[in-house]
Amino acid sequence: MSAEPSPQSPWQAATITRIEKRTPRVTSFWFQPSRPFAHLAGQHVDIRLTAPDGYQARRSYSIASAPEAGGGVELAIERLDDGEVSPFFHDVAAVGDEIELRGPLGGHFIWEESDGGPILLVGGGSGVVPLMAMVRHRTLRNTAVPVALVFSARVWDEVIFRDELIGLDDRRDGFDLVLTLTREPARRPSDYSRRVDARMMAQAVERLPKTPRLAYVCGSNAFVSAAADALIGAGVPAGIIRTERYGV
Amino acid sequence: MITRGFFSGRRPPSDTDARIPPGQYLEQGFPVLSAGPTPRVRTEDWSFTLKHGPKPIKKWNWAEFNALPQSKMTRDIHCVTAWTKFNTPWQGVMIDDILADAGIEPPTAYTLALSFDGYSTNVPTKDLVTGKAMVALLYEGKPITPDHGGPARLLVPHLYFWKSAKWVNGLQFTERDEPGFWELRGYHMYGDPWREQRYSSDR
Ligand SMILES: Cc1cc2nc3c(=O)[nH]c(=O)nc-3n(C[C@H](O)[C@H](O)[C@H](O)COP(=O)(O)OP(=O)(O)OC[C@H]3O[C@@H](n4cnc5c(N)ncnc54)[C@H](O)[C@@H]3O)c2cc1C
Repeated sequence: MSAEPSPQSPWQAATITRIEKRTPRVTSFWFQPSRPFAHLAGQHVDIRLTAPDGYQARRSYSIASAPEAGGGVELAIERLDDGEVSPFFHDVAAVGDEIELRGPLGGHFIWEESDGGPILLVGGGSGVVPLMAMVRHRTLRNTAVPVALVFSARVWDEVIFRDELIGLDDRRDGFDLVLTLTREPARRPSDYSRRVDARMMAQAVERLPKTPRLAYVCGSNAFVSAAADALIGAGVPAGIIRTERYGV
Repeated sequence: MITRGFFSGRRPPSDTDARIPPGQYLEQGFPVLSAGPTPRVRTEDWSFTLKHGPKPIKKWNWAEFNALPQSKMTRDIHCVTAWTKFNTPWQGVMIDDILADAGIEPPTAYTLALSFDGYSTNVPTKDLVTGKAMVALLYEGKPITPDHGGPARLLVPHLYFWKSAKWVNGLQFTERDEPGFWELRGYHMYGDPWREQRYSSDR
């Protein structure tokens, strides 16, 4: 499981090794921690920025990379123009910079192959990040666990990890991708062009060979509330729904 | 460790500095965090049970509970996800008054707060009594909304806010300090914001 943080400080320096723009508003950053750790799909890290006068800002970011992927910890950070930490990453952070980080954190919003399935994943915007770690974990483990991912984005160009997800969907190996665009018409025949609702969730459940064992919902607070209610409206028992809320 | 290129922090005005625990920032809104969907508990179905281990001591329904003496508490609250909100006004029944109505002294040093959705959180009994904590029924003078834990939530404002269990339906006195739902999943057993006790590895 997770490596124990050092007794002196759970914080450690991590070096940015790679930066890649994913969408107009989301960029991935890869971190190489000075003390590497093992994580589980769905966990997050905390990031801490320190100004010269000692002022610190702390935020949580989900890990996008699969536990078994080498090459460091991938975080996919959405730029909030009036935010404090996310614009720093987009405007200032560069390859070679050291950033303080602690983790892995979180013991509830996680999925391991051994938890089984079928699994229903529902993500809004950057809320897809921990779900991506689960999808990648499934792929790298080569398991047949049925997974359906309903991913809500505003427009086609804001679908984070789009090519990778569509590539996985095309394999038809038990992973099913459903995109729903809230501000553009759907592009693929099986996709939607509206906000998530109970009917969409019922149809997502039908894509799975049997009723889901677990459902994971992640995104802004408003998205999570709406999607969890939609799942319950589609007959998914509340007790199998796990949520992660990104705040405002 | 100073972060290259990070200067323009959203610093709190200096007169409020002393009220913001380390690693927290001031939030004007009221974010929501929880592990699952929001339970909608109807007051007709609501009850609150005081237990010693598995043994019930006393149970109140909504009307009985609302008839207990009510107090007001306006406090700063600190969420483990790093926001702090000043002057949140609550009204409800102090734990002291619940114990008085049950006619008991706290039987053990530890307590688990239990919720309708099956979640729990542990708090030392001394952090619940002598005016420190209540079961809140109103926020800003209005019934607490379901996403903020209504109809009733625990309020232990001096600890990180996950200890203020939402949708609370009972307190259970335990012989030992038993970890609750989040504590079993890596969160701190005590959760003092001023000592930054966020995760189990924090001292
Ligand atoms: C477990 C977890 C995992 C997460 N994972 C991810 C992830 O994978 N990717 C991702 O992009 N995000 C993720 N988040 C969200 C992330 O932690 C930050 O909240 C997000 O990046 C915004 O931070 P910020 O500093 O840029 O904005 P903030 O400065 O925090 O501001 C956020 C918004 O709130 C408003 N605001 C807040 N405080 C004030 C204030 N004092 N005055 C005025 N306005 C204010 C701003 O208008 C802004 O739009 C996650 C959150 C959690 C809890």
